[in-house]
Amino acid sequence: MALKTEEMVLNMGPQHPSTHGVLRLEVELDGELVVNVKPHIGYLHRCFEKHAEAMNYNQVVPYTDRLDYLASMYNSFGYAVAVERLLGIQVPERVDYIRVIMGELQRIASHLVAVGTYGVDIGAFTPFLYGFRDREKILTLFEMTCGARLLYNYNWVGGLSHDLHPDFVPMTREFLKYFKGSLVEFNNLLSFNKIFIERTANVGVLPLDTAVNYGITGPNLRASGMKWDLRKNDPYSVYDRFDFEIPVGRGEKGTTGDCWDRYYVRIREMEESVKIIEQALDQLPDGDIQSAIPKRIKPPVGSVYARVENPKGELGYFIVSDGSANPFRLKVRGPSFVNLAVLGELCKGHLVADIIAILGSIDIVLGEVDR
Amino acid sequence: MKQYLKNTWEAISTVLVGMIITLKHLFVPSVTIQYPEVKVQLPDRARNRLYVNIDDCIGCDQCARACPVSCISIETVKGMPTEDLGKTSNGKKKALWVTKFDIDIAKCCFCSLCTYPCPTECIKMTDVYEFSEYERSNLLYQFSTLTEDEVSQKKENFAKMEAEKAAQKAAAAAAPKAAAKPAPAPAAAEAPKTDTENKQ
Amino acid sequence: MYNLLNNLIGNEYVAAVIAAALPLFVFILPFALAAVLLERKVSAFMQDRLGPNRTGYRGLLQTVADILKLIQKEDITATDADKKLFNLAPVLVFAGSYAAFAAIPFSGAYIGSNIDLGMFFILAISSIVVAGILMGGWASNNKYSLLGAMRSAAQIISYEIPTALVVLSLVLVTGTLSLSKISEQQTAYFWNWNILGGAGLGFSKLLLIPFMIVGFVIIYISTLAEVNRTPFDIPEAESELVAGFHTEYSGMKFAMFFLAEYANMFAVSAIVATLFFGGYQSPFGYLGNTLHISWLVPLEQFFWFTVKGMFFVLVQMWLRWTLPRLRVDQLMTVCWKYLIPYAFVNLIIVGLITLL
Repeated sequence: MALKTEEMVLNMGPQHPSTHGVLRLEVELDGELVVNVKPHIGYLHRCFEKHAEAMNYNQVVPYTDRLDYLASMYNSFGYAVAVERLLGIQVPERVDYIRVIMGELQRIASHLVAVGTYGVDIGAFTPFLYGFRDREKILTLFEMTCGARLLYNYNWVGGLSHDLHPDFVPMTREFLKYFKGSLVEFNNLLSFNKIFIERTANVGVLPLDTAVNYGITGPNLRASGMKWDLRKNDPYSVYDRFDFEIPVGRGEKGTTGDCWDRYYVRIREMEESVKIIEQALDQLPDGDIQSAIPKRIKPPVGSVYARVENPKGELGYFIVSDGSANPFRLKVRGPSFVNLAVLGELCKGHLVADIIAILGSIDIVLGEVDR
Repeated sequence: MKQYLKNTWEAISTVLVGMIITLKHLFVPSVTIQYPEVKVQLPDRARNRLYVNIDDCIGCDQCARACPVSCISIETVKGMPTEDLGKTSNGKKKALWVTKFDIDIAKCCFCSLCTYPCPTECIKMTDVYEFSEYERSNLLYQFSTLTEDEVSQKKENFAKMEAEKAAQKAAAAAAPKAAAKPAPAPAAAEAPKTDTENKQ
Repeated sequence: MYNLLNNLIGNEYVAAVIAAALPLFVFILPFALAAVLLERKVSAFMQDRLGPNRTGYRGLLQTVADILKLIQKEDITATDADKKLFNLAPVLVFAGSYAAFAAIPFSGAYIGSNIDLGMFFILAISSIVVAGILMGGWASNNKYSLLGAMRSAAQIISYEIPTALVVLSLVLVTGTLSLSKISEQQTAYFWNWNILGGAGLGFSKLLLIPFMIVGFVIIYISTLAEVNRTPFDIPEAESELVAGFHTEYSGMKFAMFFLAEYANMFAVSAIVATLFFGGYQSPFGYLGNTLHISWLVPLEQFFWFTVKGMFFVLVQMWLRWTLPRLRVDQLMTVCWKYLIPYAFVNLIIVGLITLL
């Protein structure tokens, strides 16, 4: 006679040190094995899309910063690309290059937070602090340019708010030189550590067809083996002028698509971002960055969907305009919202301690999930 | 068996490599800045607390309209033609009394969208970031320098001026009815309110 | 020391009790207080930051501030908790950690209680900690505390086996279980230390060296697991799901768990130092001997003992801030599939060498 066992429901509540924000996970356990995980979201919903309907197009930019607050430059980049496509204006080349430089620096900063907090979830506290020390340098660069460290209001529709500071280019080159050595140290400390590999390899394997079916994008999709990056597959701005590779998960330490692959793809993306920034700094043209900013933004009636490659995945803006100064409907496709949906699939059959590892490797930001 | 030995070797070697890195960092000087004694010099474009030079403000209300969170509220009263309200620092003649200029710094999101449209550049972001208060009402900054009595006096003056104008208009319309030109639309017989039409 | 006290007081039992309890108050408690601060400062320097530096000069009074804070906290006991067990648990954990110091020689002249079964006594008495942890987890009436306590108990019990095996191999070399005799054997110079083959000359000494090193690594890892330090700190992990067996404790009881942990750290460091690195013996000979000041020698020995103990404690802290945490099943795998086979093989080979 088999013993009748009950499944226990565990609540990892909205306040938890490892859930990267206010996220509630309802976990059904059978002993130590996970049967199902249901994320409950909405604790950070701030009605962004509704607010946007009451603002002018350029007043929405500070609000877009607050979507994925760890990668603000890219949020406003995407929004600016979308509205410029709707208006049909072409920005000067200098604006495009500066947007790419800022965006890639922001990608490095966002990935440093992702891998640092992932280390803390696994138990290694030191790489987190090293990552944040490097991130401080990036934030200093941003503060020098536009005055703010986290939420910039920098990418305006049709241009930028400030031109580069005269010290920006030499300081960025210095930072890049320093950062390459820092990444090597990071790899030695955390990525190739046997204990870290034991904790993350073969855990939370995301097969490629599941990933495509759920609509996963970004480093998570690339770690499962698919070479899909909007910067190469659907280029926007001036990304088609740079020579860089798309890191794809190869299953070096376990199966393709496990947590280690997702983590390591992010590390390699940081290396590629360094390459892009160097090339952009070399090719940076002169020009006036505010020449294309329209006096009044009143797009023609119509709609546009524009997508960019956020550090977390495909960030899409769907804007419907009715000819007035406010958007009629502004919908954001947040990559973290879509990526979070696969958590239940990934956690089945693993131990409780692995839920934290898997959640950390998907890398969500609640600002984007809840908007 | 080979995998077993390889695992053991990898475990020991990666642990030792990690330990060497942390040992090296033991001797790297710390990056901490001892805050209250040492303060970081903010760059010149830093965006922190707002400041309004009320002498330069012409009451155009552009900053209040540009603000995405509506934290600025401005009320103005039209000055009498006989009064001299002074000039702004770049030579423009002021025509409006700014009776209320409140910024609720608790709502401000420090986007600095208000600083761009100001024609006289009187609203600026300074580099002050230590402005916590014990009472939340102290975070409502009131920049207008007119006292209550002055405000009510200005409003009365305006109301009187309007009344006079309306009386004149009525007299002018009643008398030369024979002049046969239809009277033009009444010019400014509106009650004083937050004036958004008078852009200078 | 016992003789001295016996002559002083006259009563055997009182003298024995005082002799055994003396290191507790004079050395271990201040050490535990200092270790709390040391851990925070060491971790800060490794992470390129400063650590506590406001309380007292450069943060030296930080532990005092922590203790004062913990003393004035409310002592909460959950309503359904088993009160007797709940209150007894920290006492047992504390007692188990501190009792081990009775058999460790602090210097040539001082050992708390000079029994012939020193090492055996230490292994046995530190198992009381397991009972304390299980009591703490059970009496908290919290299923997560119970899970954490059971995991911790499994961890400590499993890792005692490699420890015992390495101690066995050492007993084959030295021939005695008494820690004071083991220290006395490793006299005078560092090439007499057990890790370099032990006192004695000859070919067998050289042959023993690699196996002594392997034994040292095994015992260091196992004792790291016994004191619940990273990478084996599942029971007290901060970012894991279950907050561990001491979730429900607040105030002074919590402080007792923590002081017990640091004392335990020093105890196992001292044991490893005594077994393999000469205990209180100096590596270079004694100043007291060269200068013919006989009362200086015990002091020098005490100094060397402290230095070696502190060094191993620092290495434990170093490991904590470098390595991530192992999952529970991986922890068990490391113990049963890796450490125990290596320890057995080590034991057999050392046994064969000593037959030579």
